Amino acid sequence: MQTSELLQYLVTGVTVGSVYALVALGFTIIYNATGIINFAQGEFVVLGGLVFYSLYVVANVPLVLALVVAVLIVAAIGLLMERLAIRPLIRSPVIVLIIITVATSVLLRGAAKLVWGPESLAVPTFSGDKSIFIGGAALQLQYLWVLGLTALAVFGVRLFFDHTLVGKAMQACAINPDAARLAGISVSRMVQGSFALSAALSGLAGVVISPITFASYDGGTILALKGFCGAIIGGLGNGLGAVVGGLFIGVLEKLGIGLAPEGYAGLQDAFAFIVLLLVLFLRPGGLFGTERAEGV
Amino acid sequence: MRDLHPRLLVVACVLGAILALALVAGCAKPQPPPLTGMPPPPSAGQPPAPEGEPIKIGAIFSVTGPGAPLGEPEALTAKMVQDDVNKAGGINGRPLEIIIEDDHTEEADAVLAAKKLIEQDEVCAIVGPTMSGTSLAILDGCEKAEVPLFACAASAKITTPVKKWVFSSAQTDVLAVARIVVYLKEQDIKKVAIICDSNAFGQSGAEQLKLQLAEAGIEIVDEEKFATKDTDMTAQLTKIKAKAPEAVICWGTNPGPAVIAKNMKSLGMQAQCINSHGIANKTFIDLAGDAAEGVILPCGKLLVADALPDDDPQKAVLLEFREKYEAHSGKPANTFAGHAYDSLQIVINAIEEAGEDRAAIRDAIEATQEHVGTGGIFNLSADDHNGLTEQGFTIVKIENGTWVELD
Repeated sequence: MQTSELLQYLVTGVTVGSVYALVALGFTIIYNATGIINFAQGEFVVLGGLVFYSLYVVANVPLVLALVVAVLIVAAIGLLMERLAIRPLIRSPVIVLIIITVATSVLLRGAAKLVWGPESLAVPTFSGDKSIFIGGAALQLQYLWVLGLTALAVFGVRLFFDHTLVGKAMQACAINPDAARLAGISVSRMVQGSFALSAALSGLAGVVISPITFASYDGGTILALKGFCGAIIGGLGNGLGAVVGGLFIGVLEKLGIGLAPEGYAGLQDAFAFIVLLLVLFLRPGGLFGTERAEGV
Repeated sequence: MRDLHPRLLVVACVLGAILALALVAGCAKPQPPPLTGMPPPPSAGQPPAPEGEPIKIGAIFSVTGPGAPLGEPEALTAKMVQDDVNKAGGINGRPLEIIIEDDHTEEADAVLAAKKLIEQDEVCAIVGPTMSGTSLAILDGCEKAEVPLFACAASAKITTPVKKWVFSSAQTDVLAVARIVVYLKEQDIKKVAIICDSNAFGQSGAEQLKLQLAEAGIEIVDEEKFATKDTDMTAQLTKIKAKAPEAVICWGTNPGPAVIAKNMKSLGMQAQCINSHGIANKTFIDLAGDAAEGVILPCGKLLVADALPDDDPQKAVLLEFREKYEAHSGKPANTFAGHAYDSLQIVINAIEEAGEDRAAIRDAIEATQEHVGTGGIFNLSADDHNGLTEQGFTIVKIENGTWVELD
């Protein structure tokens, strides 16, 4: 294999992996706050892309405004989901809540199909269809948007948790909700915040990736599964691990296609799951597994 | 719920109610035409309204899922045909009811839909499914239940070997590949790469490509696959690019081929992009945008109906279908809607002739000769349950967002 080929797999893998990373981070944030695996995470990505399509393509809203509004709308949907689907049953066992998230994902998918129709929708790239060639590997300008905004979002989340009062309060709730409540923190508000933040991240992923993948109501399931793999591989509950895990899955997937013998590239979806199984067998705590933060 | 702001609750409830309503509306089954009440008196010049028990035809289409760009137009066509037939007096004076089932582009759902149509609705024939995979999935069931099936999908495996109860109206991949091979020879292209969907349509196409390209002495330098729902094929194309083929032949239905066209462009690949008749609709051009320019595909004549010579036997049928479809649906006509139209026309003609008995309908379908459809001229027989020849095919290039005939 030539280096230009290898480079191409890496570039594409990291780009696709960024989206998985954002989804994985979304999983982690909700998991840390509630102990729930939110299976509607993929639908947040889909809604991000679809809402952005409506704003940017249909309503001709300027790029940055469309991006911000789309992310805010998805965050609001996350908030609403927590209020309507999770909050009324928050005292139920976690498994019940997880099943509720599955139901929510079906509901959101159905609603998206009714609003945007069953066909894939084309979203134009943010700054033209040109590619830059580095060492023989093509780097679409849209890849730079994906990578840049992902980095920005991950950095922002980090700052938020480490350096703001709300972020610290959210972490406190994850570590020990009773103590947090004694300290005057509203745990339910923090749970709500975690859903909004998690939805916003996935929504952002949906917006930036839509020009590469098209926006389609049914694209969420596979994204959620890949993101989930990323979160598990990174050690569930570990934010940095989730990001690395997501990137890892992306690169692995593309390298897998490149290295697979002729005719076996159709297995690309299997690679992520094979590695997930391997990690679970060999290192059940994930690659970056630490003691997991207690749920609310 | 204690700290839930009352205003938020109201907004949330309203939104929830809208969602719920929308879902319920979306799940509602299409209503059969009303049967009771006084039929309006037939006015002069108009055929009398059909009466009595409806004649039921089942239809299975991929209205949602990856097959939706094909299946949705087919479902619209079925509704249009039902309206037209009933307005024109029904079938032998009785109303026609087409029961449309959505298989969500899933084999298992297609099997369930076929079971429901056969056992519960007791339809006298089934039209569809949309995709090769879903069609192949229900063949055996229809054979066993002895129900005529008129598929709208292109895999040659559906009609070869001939199965007693199974027909298909789409031009087969055998014909499509043959047309592409002719083009490759004309252009003196000797090295190609193929990239095919891992579903039944893509793999049936891959089989045909390998067979016919080998016969023609054209080398396949790389063979790749993708999954129907994949959204990025850069990695496969990187592999292909390294082998430097003169043309890349892609076999699948959208959105996959559109992703491939876009990825090829962004990778700066110079190879000619050739596709199957699976992308013969506006969806491909809408999705791929600039990357669609210059793409070559074999297809039925519907897309280039205007440019056909007046003595083409299909021209009148094509223009009539296009006008009716566009008036009915408000969307541009496409090849796949045409497949459903052809299937339905032949089945309805057979019912008019043979009545409601499934075996008699099957015999009448098989006896169909010189039926001018949108996909070509159908000559069905005991040995050929597709009945089309190269005659219905042409090869086009996409230029300025439309199809230009190359012949």
